Amino acid sequence: MEHAIPIPELYIFLLAAFLGYQLISRVPPLLHTPLMSATNAISGISLVGSLIVAGANYNHVSNILGFVAVTCSTINVVGGFLITDRILKMFKKVKK
Amino acid sequence: MSILQLLYLASATLFILGIRGLSSPETARKGMNLAAFGMLLAIVGTLFHHEIVTYKWIIAGLILGSAIGVPMSLWIPMTAVPQRTALSHAGGALAACLIGVSEYYRHGISLGTGHMAIIGVEVLLGALTTTGSLMAAAKLQGLLPGRPITYPFQNASTISLLAFLGGFIVYLTAHPGATHLFYILLACSFLFGILLLVPIGAADMPCVITLLNAYAGLTDAAMGFMLANRIQIVTGSLDGSSGLILSILMCRAMNRPFTNILFGAFGKVEEASTEVLESKKKSVKSLTIEEAVNLFNEAKRVIIVPGYGMAAAQAQHAVRDVADKLKALGVAIKYAIHPVAGRMPGHMNVLLAEANVPYPELFDMDDINPEFSEADVALVVGANDVTNPAARHVKSSPIYGMPILDVDKAKKVIVFKRSMAPGFAGIDNDLYLLDHTWMLFGDAKDSFTKLAGALQNVALQK
Repeated sequence: MEHAIPIPELYIFLLAAFLGYQLISRVPPLLHTPLMSATNAISGISLVGSLIVAGANYNHVSNILGFVAVTCSTINVVGGFLITDRILKMFKKVKK
Repeated sequence: MSILQLLYLASATLFILGIRGLSSPETARKGMNLAAFGMLLAIVGTLFHHEIVTYKWIIAGLILGSAIGVPMSLWIPMTAVPQRTALSHAGGALAACLIGVSEYYRHGISLGTGHMAIIGVEVLLGALTTTGSLMAAAKLQGLLPGRPITYPFQNASTISLLAFLGGFIVYLTAHPGATHLFYILLACSFLFGILLLVPIGAADMPCVITLLNAYAGLTDAAMGFMLANRIQIVTGSLDGSSGLILSILMCRAMNRPFTNILFGAFGKVEEASTEVLESKKKSVKSLTIEEAVNLFNEAKRVIIVPGYGMAAAQAQHAVRDVADKLKALGVAIKYAIHPVAGRMPGHMNVLLAEANVPYPELFDMDDINPEFSEADVALVVGANDVTNPAARHVKSSPIYGMPILDVDKAKKVIVFKRSMAPGFAGIDNDLYLLDHTWMLFGDAKDSFTKLAGALQNVALQK
């Protein structure tokens, strides 16, 4: 177990937050709902951590907690990308 | 291992490009495809991780998650998107929370101070976001009453509970072996999420749902710190800042100080005096569909102002129908969207896009406000407080200072409303008393369907 403060990780967190501010500020209010479903899908990356816990040889409790976490994250990843695309498909410049 | 790290780096880049694509509706879908590809890379790469020895739980989770996620996204109605968003915040936060519990279970007493602190924060935020988001979803779906539920010493009890939880985390960092305390922290954090959402009304949801989004992002970032997984720190941070920015925008548009909402210090409803309402009901002018049609005589420009009432009545298609009929009569149509119209940011835009309204006709508040004075008729459908001119000059009004749509500046205003019930702020709308405002009472979908039929007849007569 690491005891020191994770300085590189804090840099990453901080820089990503500033980048996020710049990126999100450019998203028009028109797309704020798909933005929420998109960031939700992307934050489903917690799936990668959950996969390891569900599949590693730690103990049964961890495997089962990992299984529930994999299920929840998969819902977010699969569902998030699908609904974002479903919403974005509806935005048309001219009427069909 | 280094290959996996390179894959993660590629995924992070694709995620950032994906969000960048959302700066315009034309590039959005392409961007999201890139992001989805990035996600696929990260997941497939992780499946080869050297620590994974058994795939049974993984496969079961992936199948079950897809089996729930696909129908939840493809078949729910667009009006239910806010609930779905709240549920997904709950799912994401629960996943991170459980991984935190698993890490504590594995290492317990051997955890260093830094790790224990981050697991404590992750579990606290994750658990409160889970139950908070479930409560939000239940309120949005109507399973729980949408009005705020208040009880005595509400703020005092939530703040002291939070202080206790913070204290637990501090104690645990010094004594990570205090297993009982850890599970009490977990249980109380779940409880805290419920207490936080109980006093919040459905109309405050745009603020709350975005705030829960920020919390879910922070939980994710905390999980990234715990596992030293840098891509998760990046996505958690992006998600957190997105939620935070949206929340600040929503608070501004609702005229609530952001500092107030961080810990649920809102949901207070001003008591409206019913007597005043009764007296005012007599002074508003109501009209029939036929009379409404006459108001469009010689109209050249019409602005439609949708609000949550349009979503509640599922009237978006009927509204588009009326717009089509008016266009056929040579009228220019624009839609005016207030930032907090509906139950989540961008809610109205999605519903109107679903009803096949081209997005160049949808205008944000700042862009459309100068145009109201040019508009011959403004149609207000299911919007209330965001059109109340009292926000401009009545200093005693609870919504004083809130940015509003300048509907009152239109030459004629027709308000489609179910009844004279006040909006979420619980106050009367001065707009309804103006000389050039008429009320059309009834179900919005019904009224618009009839109005479209009547306008069709006008077109035929010409």
